[in-house]
This record gives sequence, C-alpha cells and structure tokens, in this order.
Amino acid sequence: MPARIFIPTALRQYVGNAESVQVRGETAGEAINDLITRYSELKKHLFNDEGKLRSFVNLYVNDEDIRYGQNLNTPIKENDEISIIPSIAGGSTAVDQAQDVELSRDEVARYSRHLIMPEVALEGQKKLKAAKVLAIGAGGLGAPLTMYLAAAGVGRIGLVDFDVVDSSNLQRQVIHGTKDVGRPKLDSARDRLLDINPFIRFDGYETRLSSENALDLFKDYDMVIDGTDNFPTRYLVNDACVLLGKPNVYGSIFRFEGQASVFYAEQGPCYRCLYPEPPPPGLVPSCAEGGVLGILPGIIGVIQATEAVKLIIGKGDPLIGRLLLFDALKMKFRELKLRKNPDCPICGPNKTITKLIDYEQFCGITPHQETSMSNNASSNTDWEITPQQLKERLDKGDKITIIDVREPHEWQIANLEKYGAKLIPLGTVPDRVHELNSADEIVVHCKMGGRSAKAYEFLKQAGFKKIQNLRGGITAWADTVDPSMPKY
Amino acid sequence: MIKVTRELLDRIRQHGEQSYPYECCGLLLGKMIEGTKELADLLPIANSREDEARHNRYLISPGEFLKAQRTARSRGLDIIGCYHSHPDHPARPSGFDLDHATFPWDSFIITAVERGKAIDLNSFVMVEDRSRFDSEEIVET
Repeated sequence: MPARIFIPTALRQYVGNAESVQVRGETAGEAINDLITRYSELKKHLFNDEGKLRSFVNLYVNDEDIRYGQNLNTPIKENDEISIIPSIAGGSTAVDQAQDVELSRDEVARYSRHLIMPEVALEGQKKLKAAKVLAIGAGGLGAPLTMYLAAAGVGRIGLVDFDVVDSSNLQRQVIHGTKDVGRPKLDSARDRLLDINPFIRFDGYETRLSSENALDLFKDYDMVIDGTDNFPTRYLVNDACVLLGKPNVYGSIFRFEGQASVFYAEQGPCYRCLYPEPPPPGLVPSCAEGGVLGILPGIIGVIQATEAVKLIIGKGDPLIGRLLLFDALKMKFRELKLRKNPDCPICGPNKTITKLIDYEQFCGITPHQETSMSNNASSNTDWEITPQQLKERLDKGDKITIIDVREPHEWQIANLEKYGAKLIPLGTVPDRVHELNSADEIVVHCKMGGRSAKAYEFLKQAGFKKIQNLRGGITAWADTVDPSMPKY
Repeated sequence: MIKVTRELLDRIRQHGEQSYPYECCGLLLGKMIEGTKELADLLPIANSREDEARHNRYLISPGEFLKAQRTARSRGLDIIGCYHSHPDHPARPSGFDLDHATFPWDSFIITAVERGKAIDLNSFVMVEDRSRFDSEEIVET
C-alpha cells in the first residue's frame, strides 16, 4: 500500500528537506522499514543500537497511536498518513547526579565485573551508585531482590516493612537467618545488606504502607519495587507510582507460579490497565493460605532486581508492556503483551483518580477480615467466634459441628479432629452441603480465616443460620489455645 | 545558531517564573531561513506530569506534539525544538535530558529559575551520535 510518512523537522535534512515521503508497506512496520531502506541516514535517529524504535519515537497512523492498534503490525490502508511523533521528557534532577558521582578505588575493585562490560561500564556503575530504589516488603521477593541490588551497587536502598522474622519465613526469605527469628525484619535486612555491601546507604521504614504515607515515602526514590502479597498494597503502590511518574517493578508469586512486569504509566500500561478491579476478597489466596515454593520468590525477585538495574543503566528491553509468566513445575516462561487501557481510571486520558484512595475499601476488605489473628478481649460480631470462645463452649460440652475447609495436606499438618472436626475442602463445599444439618450449630475454619469466610458466606446463602467463622483460623487456635499444635 | 527576538526570550523566562517551583515546557515554532533557525513563536504546553514529578520532569505527550504540529503547519511554521525550565538548577542539560532528547538539530532551550526568578538562559543541540549536547549560539534580534 502506498502511504505518506510525515518527517519531523529535525530529520528532513536526510530526506532532501521534504516534509513528507511516499512509502510502501502493508503494515506500519513495513512502511518504516521502507523509509529507512531508502533513507539509511534516518535509521540511527529512529532506532537504537538494538534495532528497536527509540523510546521517545511514537508512530501514528492517521490520528491513532499504533500502540493502541497492533503496534508495528498495524495495517496500512491506501493513502494513510503516518506521522513520526516524538514525546519529550527531560528535566533537572536525580538521575543526573550520576555525573557528580565518583567511584573509590575499593568500589572500582568491587564492581570490576560490571566495569568491564560495555553495557554497564563506569557510566552505568555511576548510575547505579546514584540510583535510589525503594522496595516494599522484606519478604520472599524483597529478600533476594534487595540483596542483589545491594551487591550490584545501587547507592540507596529503602525498605518498607513492619514485620518480625518468623521461623516460617526462613524457607524463602533468605535475607533473614535462624538467629534473626523474633527480630524486626528491617534489622536483619539492614545487617545482611550492609554486610554484602557497606558502600550503600540503607533506609528502613518500619511502618505499614498507607495512602497517608506512600507519596511521601516514594518521592525521594527513582523507582519502587513491589514485593507485597496483597491487593490493597498492589493498587496503592501502582497508583502512587502513576501519580509520581515513577516506574513500579512488579512481581507476584503463588505456589509454583510467578509473574513479573514493569508498570510505568509514562511509557506503557499500569497495573490498573491490566486489572481494573481487584478480585473479590478471598478468591485469590495469599501465600500464607495457599503456600509457595520457597525458591520461586528467588527467581521472580531476581527478575525484578534485573529489571530495576536495566532501568537504572538504561539498557535492554524493559518488561514495560509485557507480563512475564513463570511456571516452575513446567519450567517454562510465557509472555503476555499488555496494552495501555485508554479508559484506565488513573493513567488514561480521562482519568478519574487523581489522588490516593482507601485501598482496603476498594478491595472489599472489611476490618473483620483484616485482623486475621485473634486476640483475647477484642470484640467480635456474632458471625465470628474466637478460638478461646470455641474452646470454652466445647469444654462445657456444647455440641458444635466443626467444618475444616482447608485441603487434605493441610489437615495432615494440624487439625481439630479430636473435637470432631470434619474436612470439607472449600471447593467441595457446594457438592457436600447435604452432609451438613442446618439445625446443628456449625463453626467453619481454615488456616487464617479467609477461605472459611467464603464458606460461611456460601452456607449463609444456602440457608444455614446457626453458623460461625473461627476467627484467625487454626493458626489463631495454635497461638491462643493449643501452643503444642504445629503451625505452618 | 538560532535567531530569537528579545520578546520571545522574555516569554520563555516568564513561563519559567510562573510555573516555579514546577518545570515549565513548550515547543519552539519557527522556520529554517538561509540555513539558520529562526524562532517565530512559542507554544506553551501544560506539563502533563503530576504533582511531585512536575518539580523536576516535564513531558510533552505525543498527542500534544501531534496537535502542535498541525497548529504549526497551518501557520506555515515547523517545530524546531523545545524549551523548558530548571527550577533551582543550572541552565544546562541533565543526564536525563540527554537520555530523553529527541533528534540532533532540534534546539533545546533551558532557562534556570532560581527561587522564582529566571536567571541564565541557554540553548543546546545534541551531537549526531547522541553522546552529548553542544551549546548553540542564540542571536538576539
């Protein structure tokens, strides 16, 4: 198809000062290739060393950005007008501090394997030293990614976490050791990171990330790496990054599967373009509920660290606009193309979200589900029963049917069989509802209270009235009633 | 070399002062006349970055650029570069500017704004291999 390509003023010198050039091609990509074949001088201005369109170069077919069409495969009709449109970014700041950074003799020795690679070299290592990266969560993902970033020489690493090291963390959170059980995660992370690399600056923020503090915490950093495990925080991190114009290096893990991407609204889609709405609460189990292969966060966390380093040194193809899916059982990677959603409520042209919102509410999480751990005197509504209350009633001889909605392998670790508990995994509850008598008093439980809340809702809908959810699940039972019970 | 009138230089400085502490930005409309760029008008662009980032980043989206190109064409002008301000930062291109600069040849005017007052103003052109900016002579007309 013949089409016309409009040439930016700066590049007209390479096409005989013409404002536009006639080209042929079935797609936008073919038309551009035709153009640079005929005017080879243009190539280096439009394409980078890796043969990709430079990041600021946008192609429009008529009035439509090809990113909203089929990218370089966008078909060309006769007499279409193609425009080469730069987007312009710039400014004082941050990243250019790299120009004022020097490496000491010790640092040169430490980073020598980077310095001899042309893609990093002294320039890239200085960028790493000048870079400021904030990681959310010192857990499964945060552990490997901050360790590698520290080792790579990222000059300033911030870490947000308010948790304490538990022995169940050690199966995957390799930044903490057995000696650290019971210590704040930030303390053991600091020790480990500064041991790996004393030349970096570490800033720990012992706080729960919230709508009130997110913008303040993020503003001093060049990018944020999300290593969290819950939807309210994922949306919060996304929205704060979009509002501040910073990249969000995303990773998530579950059982044997992981995902990673870079959400950077300035250059591609954001997390909301991919998932406009959170899933209903309880539908997607957390790792605490569903488990995770301990090695998996190592793989995904290190992919996140790799993406962060690439963004800092400005090399390679970032995962912007791509969702990488990893399956450890199959040992396979797949990739999904992500598009910017033109109707995205926070990064689209008609955005409706201009400040941070209440993310717990947005994700449908009501306070009673948020407090998964029970505690003695706290109030509870009649839909819940605490482990102590249940124990008291069982000791009195009250007849209560306990339904455990976990999976058989979890039952094997710990259960309430001696109180007559019966195992009906959540997925089988609808088929086995006839095994229950709605006249009985029923208490449903799972590991922490999330899945059993779903079973509770289902049974309520099915007409069961005398039903309660065990608050905090069998974990809370082990914490407050039976310390000899194994926890997992 | 770029020829600019006193009045247009003042307008760039004013835009920088009005936007302080945020960065301002805009496009330069002009013409190539006998091998020299001549600035004819400015097209101020609303900085499409939000909040904090506006303080030290500016962005002219491709959509705005496309619109600006039409405006320019309808007036017989071309886009010959862009301008922006550096609030409390010298009037020289940053590393970020270099990484994100468009094409060699485009003029790149930067005005430093110190504590709300526009001070130095310089123009730059990126070299062919994109490795650095060279300063460009501004001839006041």
